[in-house]
Amino acid sequence: MTDRALAVVRAGALTTVQDQGRPGHAHLGVPRSGALDAPAAALVNRLVGNPAEAALLETTLNGCAVRPRSTVIVAVGGAPCPVTVDGRPAAWGAPVRVPAGSLLSVGTAVSGVRSYVGVSGGVAVEPVLGSRSTDLLSGLGPPPLTDGMVLPLGTPMAPHARVDVVPQPRPPAELVLRVTLGPRDDWFTTAAIHTLTTHPYRVSSASNRIGLRTEGPALERARPGELPSEGMVLGAIQVPPDGRPVVFLADHPTTGGYPVIAVVRPDDLPATAQAVPGTPVRFVQVGTRTR
Amino acid sequence: MRALPVGDRALLVEVSTDEEAQALHADLLRRRAEGSLSVREIVPAARTVLLDGLDDPAGLAARLTTSKLPPAPARAQEVVEIPVRYDGPDLAAVAGHWDVSPREVARIHAAAEFRVAFCGFAPGFGYLTGLPARYGVPRHATPRTTVPAGSVGLAGPYTGVYPRSSPGGWQLIGTTDAVLWDHARVPAALLSPGTPVRFVPVES
Repeated sequence: MTDRALAVVRAGALTTVQDQGRPGHAHLGVPRSGALDAPAAALVNRLVGNPAEAALLETTLNGCAVRPRSTVIVAVGGAPCPVTVDGRPAAWGAPVRVPAGSLLSVGTAVSGVRSYVGVSGGVAVEPVLGSRSTDLLSGLGPPPLTDGMVLPLGTPMAPHARVDVVPQPRPPAELVLRVTLGPRDDWFTTAAIHTLTTHPYRVSSASNRIGLRTEGPALERARPGELPSEGMVLGAIQVPPDGRPVVFLADHPTTGGYPVIAVVRPDDLPATAQAVPGTPVRFVQVGTRTR
Repeated sequence: MRALPVGDRALLVEVSTDEEAQALHADLLRRRAEGSLSVREIVPAARTVLLDGLDDPAGLAARLTTSKLPPAPARAQEVVEIPVRYDGPDLAAVAGHWDVSPREVARIHAAAEFRVAFCGFAPGFGYLTGLPARYGVPRHATPRTTVPAGSVGLAGPYTGVYPRSSPGGWQLIGTTDAVLWDHARVPAALLSPGTPVRFVPVES
């Protein structure tokens, strides 16, 4: 019997195990978590022949290096980056065979932030509430990767895809986020709504899996005071006391007391996973809600 | 009652009181159980219930706001008893806010019938209501960087128990050995919205 496992040689800045997350437990205070760039994660799983719910690795900016203990098929997608096997260049965005004991190195992102490393059989750490995702807000799921850690792998279910390379969206030079106003847009001045939907913002370096923080003009409140805690959705644009909008991402808290001025369309959220600090952000109002 | 759209797939239903929020939550759970409501998440909070993962939020909003909210059903659930040593570092400060002795804080707190109004902040952290309004206390202006797991705290109208060590700004009145969250247990959370709770004093 082969030892189906992955030894972590270089963990990188922040590499986590992710799958489709654990939605359905928000009423217990459990964030949904899951891969931030879900389409990229789905694609690499498909490339290596895994089902959509298989767990994979999500890297941050500078990749990672792993050594499989048995021969596996891997695919790297999301943020474009150099890929090598035992130092020899290998394909990005396509299935790659990595022999047992060889070193797979996922390099620093050429553009974008998060690369996804799918491995045939999937990462088979113990699930928590039905998901293997690392949740950085609440600490559920496996801890982020560290050098020397060994991750178990599952059994491959299907042959890998027979493709050379597949098209993937390029990391955004500008984030255009379509938003629907509300539920608490009435907590802000008309000028603030206008500023949000017309003024360019930039991605802050304080962004993480919990939220995409922005830099730009502060949004002025029309009323002071605190909102009683209320439920939060993925893509909610919360405005903390400093007035700079924060877009809630996968590890967002399930309830919050700062008003949500608008909500980003789900289709526009994967691009936020790949927006490097400094990327211009435009919030574009859609829908018919007026005030 | 009013229903605010939250993006294209969610509704935030807002009511005027904690009691209405609890009744609304119970009614929505009932609708889901009987199959008349298809929704991914039902997240109760202080004065709202969030419904996330809806196919037709506008249609549901119209139905909800024109229907009358039935009163919350009588408590059928078993009371969860949480043993507490009333030895927290803020016990004296809370006694000062309440204008009673520390021993009296423990007596009043242990005599109250609590209910989990909602959860948040951390997996398994419940916001418990049940103390009379005059016993509300402020949060610490500067939160502690570390509050040990099992700490029993007060903030505003709420009592809460920290499931794990974390930063926190609540006034700590006691400590429990009860395990609030264990993901290997079914159910993982000791407390979920609606759970009736009593605190039972134990000697330190």
